[in-house]
This record gives sequence, C-alpha cells and structure tokens, in this order.
Amino acid sequence: MSFQIKENTDAYDVIIVGSGAGGGMASKILAEAGLSVAVVEAGGDFDPAKEEDRTQLRPPWESPRRGAGTKIRPFGDFDQAIGGWEIDGEPYTRKDGTQFDWFRSRMVGGRTNHWGRISLRFGPNDFKRASLDGLGDDWPIGYEDIKPYYDKVDKLIGIFGSKEGIYNEPDGFFLPPPKPRLHELFIKKGADKVGIPMIPSRLSILTRPINAERGVCFFCAQCNRACQAYADFSSGTCLLHPAMKKGKVDLFTYAMVRKVTTDDAGKATGVSFVSKVDLKEYKLKSRVVVLGASACESARIMMNSKSKSHPNGIGADSGVLGRYLHDSTGADRMGIMPELFDRDRYNEDGVGGLHMYTPWWKDNKQLDFARGYHIEYWGGMGQPAYGAGGGMDALRSYLKDEFGAPSPNGGYGEGLKKDIRRIYGASLGMSGRGESIPQYSNYCEIDPNVVDKYGIPVLRFHYKWTEQEIKQAKHMQDTFEEILTQSGAILLGTKPGPETMYGLAAPGRIIHEVGTTRMGKDPKSSVVNPNCQVHACNNLFVVDAGPFVSQADKNPTWTILALSWRTSEYIVEQLKQKNM
Amino acid sequence: MNRRENLKVLFASSLGAGLLLNACQPGEKEQDAKGMGTLGGRTEEEKLRDAQLLKEQFFTEEEQKKIRTLVDFLLPADENSPSATEVGVPEFIEFMMKDQPNLQTPMRGGLQWLDFESDELFGTTFNTLNSSQVKEIIDLVAWPDKASAAYSGAVRWFNLLRNLTCSGYFSTEAGWKYMGYMGNQPNVWDGVPASVLAKYGLSNPEKYAAIYLKPEDRAKVATWDEEGNLIG
Repeated sequence: MSFQIKENTDAYDVIIVGSGAGGGMASKILAEAGLSVAVVEAGGDFDPAKEEDRTQLRPPWESPRRGAGTKIRPFGDFDQAIGGWEIDGEPYTRKDGTQFDWFRSRMVGGRTNHWGRISLRFGPNDFKRASLDGLGDDWPIGYEDIKPYYDKVDKLIGIFGSKEGIYNEPDGFFLPPPKPRLHELFIKKGADKVGIPMIPSRLSILTRPINAERGVCFFCAQCNRACQAYADFSSGTCLLHPAMKKGKVDLFTYAMVRKVTTDDAGKATGVSFVSKVDLKEYKLKSRVVVLGASACESARIMMNSKSKSHPNGIGADSGVLGRYLHDSTGADRMGIMPELFDRDRYNEDGVGGLHMYTPWWKDNKQLDFARGYHIEYWGGMGQPAYGAGGGMDALRSYLKDEFGAPSPNGGYGEGLKKDIRRIYGASLGMSGRGESIPQYSNYCEIDPNVVDKYGIPVLRFHYKWTEQEIKQAKHMQDTFEEILTQSGAILLGTKPGPETMYGLAAPGRIIHEVGTTRMGKDPKSSVVNPNCQVHACNNLFVVDAGPFVSQADKNPTWTILALSWRTSEYIVEQLKQKNM
Repeated sequence: MNRRENLKVLFASSLGAGLLLNACQPGEKEQDAKGMGTLGGRTEEEKLRDAQLLKEQFFTEEEQKKIRTLVDFLLPADENSPSATEVGVPEFIEFMMKDQPNLQTPMRGGLQWLDFESDELFGTTFNTLNSSQVKEIIDLVAWPDKASAAYSGAVRWFNLLRNLTCSGYFSTEAGWKYMGYMGNQPNVWDGVPASVLAKYGLSNPEKYAAIYLKPEDRAKVATWDEEGNLIG
C-alpha cells in the first residue's frame, strides 16, 4: 500500500485534541456557540448505558481474574479507564534517576472515566501562593476571575457538598451530601478529639437530578466503572456526547495527533494525525486549534510541532514549555478497628468514594513546610472481589476469642473462614493529597532517541521531590497516626520513615500532573497567556491542566473545567471580533 | 458523501479497530460458556488475551490434584457454605498463574516442595498422603508466627496460596452469601441504620441534619438561589 496523506478539504472552525475534562468542556461550549468542531481522540468511543459497554454492577465472577487489575486496567478489571501506566507501543522514558509514572486513558472522556469525582474549587489563596509564602509564582488571574465559571460548572455538571464558609475552600451550588458511613463516624470521633475538621465530601455525583437527561445516583460505589444512569461526571456522558447531539461536532476516534500544522506566518492551520485503525496519515484544517490532550501530552504535541515558522516547536522558544511539571503529593496509612469486628451487615456501598473528608486546616506559617494537603478516608463493607479475605497471615491475630485469647496468624479450615467473616469491614485508612512547589528543574522534554509506534517522538521525564514535599509527607504520617489512634484503630504496618520519604508517592502516581504549559503575562516566563492562548501562536489554546501555575491541595478537574469554559468563551469572542 | 463524512464514518465507529484486529487473528474461537473472559466493555486486545489465557494450561495434573487438596483444606465446606473446589477456586488459581506470570515460580516451587517434604516425612509423594499426613505437612507452614525459620520460604508460598484461595472463594456468589455482603444493587443510601448507630453510641453530625440527602427528594430537580442555597 502506497503512503499517502489524506487531506480533508473542508475546514472546521475549531479542532479540539482530546476529549477529557478540558476537551469535553470546550466541545460543548464551542458547539453551543454554533461553531463547527472536530474532536480528535486517541482512543475509542463508548457509552456506559449500552449493555455491551457496561461494567457497572457486574459481580466479580463475571471476570476470570475476579476483578483484579491488568496492565491496561490497573485499577481493576471492571474499571472503565483503558490505558494505564504503560501502554504498548506508546512508551515514555525517564532520566537522572527520575521516578515518574504517567497514567493515560485512551478513550472518549479520557481520565474522567477513572477519577474519584472529588471536585474541589481552588480558593483565593491558591492563585496567590508566591505572595503568601515567597515560593513559586502567583497565577496571573485570581479566584474572582474564575468563580463565575466554577458556579456554572457546579450547575451544569452537579456536585454535592455542604456550605462551610471556609475562606480558601469556596462553597458552590451543592446538591445534598449523603450521610456518613460507619467507619467515617468512627474516624470523625478521633479527628474531633485532636481538633481536625471533617466535613461532607464534595463529589460530582448526582444525589438529586439537575436535568432530564441524567439520572440520579443509586449508590453502588462504582463511579470508576462509568454510570449507566449518567449520575456521575465523566466528560463523554456529560459534555461530549450531549454536544454531538445538539451541535456540529465530528468525533475522530483512534486518532493519534502528531503535530499542530502551521502556516508561514506561524498560525495554526489544523492538525496532522495518524489513524490507529488503518495506520494512514491524515490532516484536518481549522481556524483555531485547542489542545486538551493532558498536561504532558499537549506539551509533547507542541514540542513536536516543528516547522519553518516554529523551528523548535510551538511555544518552545522561551524554554518554559514542559517545565514546572508537578503532581500532587500523596501518602497513606491503614489501620484496623477492633470495635468493628463482627459488625452487623447492611448495604454500605454508598456513592463512589468518600462521604466525608478533611480540607487543609493548618496555618503553614506555624509549620516547617509551605503548602497544605487534604485527607481522604476509606474503609467499610466494600464489595468482596479479588483480594477479599487476604492478609490473614498478619491480620488474624487482631481477633480475640470469647476468652480474650488472640487467634493465631495464618491457619486454615472452618476457623479461618469464620475469622475472615468476623474481620470483614473492620479495616480502614486515609490518604493525604497535598500541594507541591512547582520547580523549573522538574520537566518533560522530547527524548531525542525514542519514538512511539507511530513514529512520534516521546516524552522523557526529569523529576525530584524537594524537602518541602518530604516534610509535608512526614506531617501527613504523624497526622494519620494521631487520627487512627484516637479513633480506636490499631495501626497496621510500620510508620514510613525518612528512608521512604515518609511514604511519599512517586511523582505522577496521584495522576494530577499539571504545569507544563504554564500561564503568565510574560512570554519569556510562560507558554500561554491568562486566556490560555499560546503566546507564540494566537489561534492555539490549551484547555487541560498544562496552564496551571500551581496545583493547590485540591484535585485539578473542577479547575480544568472552569478554565476550559472561560477559554472557550474567549475563543468565541475572538472569532466574532475576527481577531484570529 | 463528501470528504468530511467519509472520515467521520471511518473514525466515529468504535468498531473500526476491532474489525481490523479480528482480521489479523483468524481462527479465534468464541470462548466457551464455562471458561469465559471478562464481560462488558472489553477491548479487542482484552478479548483475545482472555481467550488465549483460558486456552492455555499451566498446572500439570499432579499439581492440579495438589491444589484441589490444599484449597479444600484451607476453605472446607461447613453446614452453611460450600468448599473451595465446589466454587471453582482451582480454576481461578489456574487462570491467575497465566494472568500474573510472576506468580508462577513461587507457586510451582511451593507445590514441588510438598513432594520433598512428603518424601522426608513419609517416604512418598504428597498426592498419596492420607488426610492426617497432609495436615502434618501443612501444619509446618500454615502458622507464620510459629513456623520454624527453616520453613520461611514455604510459609511465604502458603501465604500466597491462602490469599489466592480466599480471593477465589469470597469473590463468588456463595462467598458473598457467606460474608453477608448486601451491596452491588440499586438502593437508596440513608445513612448507617439507627440500630447500628445506637450499638456504638454514634450519631450523624447534627450540624448537617438539615442538608443530608432525603430519599423522598430524589426525584425533584434541584434549583438554587443566587447564593447557592438549595431552594427546590
């Protein structure tokens, strides 16, 4: 078969690369404005309401591995997110002893199919960190610029929570939160004793309907499997598919973008992509290109978009592209609650995630690290699947018989079976998710020696945590022990110490990587302007988490959605004014 | 059909890649009803991999016999629940050996050790032992805190076997029934039952009593005032 480039002679108003939170929101806002839109997605399409795509409510015996994770579904065989930490034919590399793991989902909706639906607004302080502690940089925009978009996102997509009036944890338009689970009440008892707040979680799950198109939560705890009632947020069900129904939106799936094409004046003219289906090269044309491929993937596309007018790639001349890559920090601890042995049975599935959480509650001026973290709690009578009844070689001795004698660890037989039933639902734990300090020296770049199976040069990562993150993780571990102990739990495992950086997860592992195409007013120190418009190419925009100047101790999705909405409105306005 | 429509037809179909992959793999049979791959939302790669793993055989017949003996020793039937072999634990462990190949050597090594130890103690192979002899061997490795240091490798293997056996048992319908798991079905969460709260002297935080989800409101479309207060 001869090689040929297939060129589409029709031009779109806008091409959007990626269909996750940023790309999905852009597709909806731009299509509603009457623009013709092409969405180019590296994976396939699916609809959780169709029986053939459904993984929700499937019991583990419908999987020969009983729900265990696989390479392409590391979070479980029924997890909806397809991709994982390592994708065949799509490598990335690391340099200088870097430990950085990159989680990708190749599918409509991207990683919104995977995430925990924790939807926290950044607060006023989160945009002005450098002014408060002298580290990193302020955002060029503030909370007041983005608040109207957070409000609109709340109402469009839906989120439950409680109005608290905490300055840096802004309230929104909340649906009713669910009552706590039992282990959350136990943990709250402990947290109360040491003055650590616990409030209803803020998750983008519909406890009540917000429109006629989407159903309400029926409490199966399986948001990660994609909801057939569309009762949780994922970009496909809430943004892209509705946009395709109402507007002029063409979806190109299995389409791996190679580069943004440009003209002699340096303006974007469209994208060039390779089809994973027929391995042919294609080109699409548009007046505007929007990148929402994820912070690292969008940076990669820009670096690879070399041309006569952009010999180093688009936006690469300042040397900032790919820099300031940062992920949330993460550390965890687990315990077992003797009071919960032999507990009464009832359906405790609840929503897909925690019902209560702890927002950052301390003043960093009193601490030896600069930024905060929030705490997520887990436990309860979850669905027994792969892993159920495990660890009895170490856990069984926490059980005592009627005379107070401990059961022996390990063992076999009816006694083992009964003890597994007694201990079910008694373990619990918590995870801290914190803010790191963005560093110029943490970055991704093009590996000069490696390409993927499509011949596209791949990313190479350089990343080191600093003392700031390590001290924060130490504080997390101290806090976890305090809460668990005060709750009446027995700590499991040994406390992670300096030899493991206090259990600090490797960068990338929390899947909040941001900052590669940072926002700023000065083209010398930033890649995009405060409207997420690339300084070096005014009809190219970035709507994923790349423009984040700093990541806050929150999850990035709600801010990606709000920023993408704001950027999309700006694009519509600029097109109207014929500025592009 | 113009160029754009052509491309749209080609790429909008999620079947495209599937057809292509299927074409590359002629002769793949549909999985038989008993040993099925995972159901729901599978990629073509996943379907092919599951079908391939289900066709392969890892354990020898002797090893299979050992596994059957061991899993029923670990989780036997009692008056309320079936045994591990009755709910398919050996087939699950067989599958996991191929799905997670890093388990193969530790598992095979442990099964091999059984014959060495049987020979040392009884001058024969494990599969010919009577049940009290089997118990004698298993007791050497089943109790991690008491086992002699000389058996630490075999203890680790037996821990692995115990974990896999439990995974395979409690992830079945019978396992759920035994465990008393009541979820995985549509329901309305209205908090921990009052009787359970009373038992532990706990209560839902009073502060949020007015805003927690009320089951009777689940059909009402939410509306807010300008301040974000839920008003309908």
